[in-house]
Amino acid sequence: MNPDLFFQYLLAGVTYGFLYAIVAIGFNIIYNTTGIINFAQGEFVMLGGMFAISLNNVLPLPLAIAAAVALTMIIGALLEVIFIRWLKSPSVLRMIIITIGLSIIIRELALHFWGETVYSLPYFIGNELSTITILGAKVSPQVLWVIGVSTIMVTALSLFFRFTSIGQQMRACSSNRLAAQLCGINAKNMVTFSFMLSAGIGALAGCVISPITYTQYDIGPGLAIKGFTVAILGGLGNSMAAVIAGLLLGLIESFSITVIPLAFQEAVSISILLLILFVRPHGLFGRSETASLKEF
Amino acid sequence: MMLKIRNIESGYGKLRVLKRISMHVDSGEIVTIIGANGAGKTTLLYTIAGMIKSSAGDITLLDMPINKVKPEKIVAQGCSLVPEGRQVFATMSVKENLILGGYVRNKRKNYQQRQELDEIYSIFPVLKERENQLAGTLSGGEQQMLAMGRALMAKPKLIMLDEPSTGLAPLIVKNIFKIIIKLRDAGNTVLLVEQNAKAALGIADRGYVLETGKIILQGPAEDLLVNRDVQRAYLGRDVDTDGATCDVV
Repeated sequence: MNPDLFFQYLLAGVTYGFLYAIVAIGFNIIYNTTGIINFAQGEFVMLGGMFAISLNNVLPLPLAIAAAVALTMIIGALLEVIFIRWLKSPSVLRMIIITIGLSIIIRELALHFWGETVYSLPYFIGNELSTITILGAKVSPQVLWVIGVSTIMVTALSLFFRFTSIGQQMRACSSNRLAAQLCGINAKNMVTFSFMLSAGIGALAGCVISPITYTQYDIGPGLAIKGFTVAILGGLGNSMAAVIAGLLLGLIESFSITVIPLAFQEAVSISILLLILFVRPHGLFGRSETASLKEF
Repeated sequence: MMLKIRNIESGYGKLRVLKRISMHVDSGEIVTIIGANGAGKTTLLYTIAGMIKSSAGDITLLDMPINKVKPEKIVAQGCSLVPEGRQVFATMSVKENLILGGYVRNKRKNYQQRQELDEIYSIFPVLKERENQLAGTLSGGEQQMLAMGRALMAKPKLIMLDEPSTGLAPLIVKNIFKIIIKLRDAGNTVLLVEQNAKAALGIADRGYVLETGKIILQGPAEDLLVNRDVQRAYLGRDVDTDGATCDVV
């Protein structure tokens, strides 16, 4: 493999890796406050992209993206308030089945509103033909947008959880819900916030990735499986590990086309998911003792 | 009156644990509730804290009814519970734990976080040394102190302690009980639930004995300490056989 091609694959892997990582972080945020996997996470990515595309007809791009993220956050909060909040002591399985149902409903509604058409946001800078040459590899400037926005999002999230009061309260709820309530923290509101936050980062990722990967009503489940693989690979609940695991999966997928045909690329992540569930269900970075304490 | 409970009934689903319990706590006293496993001590504290809703009766905190109030609002009204089993935020630092304890107050304008932290550190100097350590890495006694310190950060008018001595070495238990006395002497009101009846009655002003969801005895702590039934059931003394050598009437 010549160095240019190597670098091309590397950048493609990193781009997709960040997308997967962000979906995985969305999983983790909700997992940490509720103990469930929200299978509608991929739909948030799709909704973000779709809203931005529709709004871009009337609004300039940055405003359309901001409005799309805000709208998706509101939808995330509403879903939690309507379908999850009022459950008294729901079992993990019941909540997971609810999120699967929600993902189907959202997808069907999207099909109703936007049809089967494949949409895409315009490139943030230039067009599909403009390229930047880095170390001999020709890349679209949008790739740099994806990497840049993702890096900022991950950094901002870790600062948010560390230094803001709401972030600390959310961590407190995930660490010990009972104690958090006894400190006067409204645990139910924190769950709503976690749905909002997950929806928001998913939607933003859906916008920046749209020019490269396109947006269609049914991109959610595919992304959810990739994100789920990454979340498990890094160890459920561990967002920093999810970034590393995401990049790992992105790179493996990207370089896999040098040894197996492109058509089998989807099989790569599923194989990794199965392998990790059989061999290290607590993830690459998780500890088996803590995993055995988890309900799911 | 700090806390007044009248004819409270409470439990889990159809299981009625507390059967018409009435009791009260005056300002500035240590009141203890003793009783065996399963008597309903923890249920009583959880009902006061609002974590379990009572099905009948009233609870008032400083004459304000709190039996319909949400748990997080009860904390804001000045009643904090330190749950059993050292429920700290294990994955967060000692300082973060304490800051979260003051959460209900730090929205106020004149909240001086540093000063409030220093006050807690003066009661529990060991927490100052461990300030930046993760709470999960502390020893059992230190975690209990952290849980108490975190509750105190909310400046509660009434602090309720659920079995603070469980699983701790005798020397550490002694230390924690000394701190409870200090808290009372500083003007705090303490409601203490304990299985270690002797130690609890030793520091309390008054006590209640709870048995299968009912209060069967109550009175000044020194009276309960010498009561034959209490001694037989909770202080592990065989009154019938060595009653003659014992200075009990």
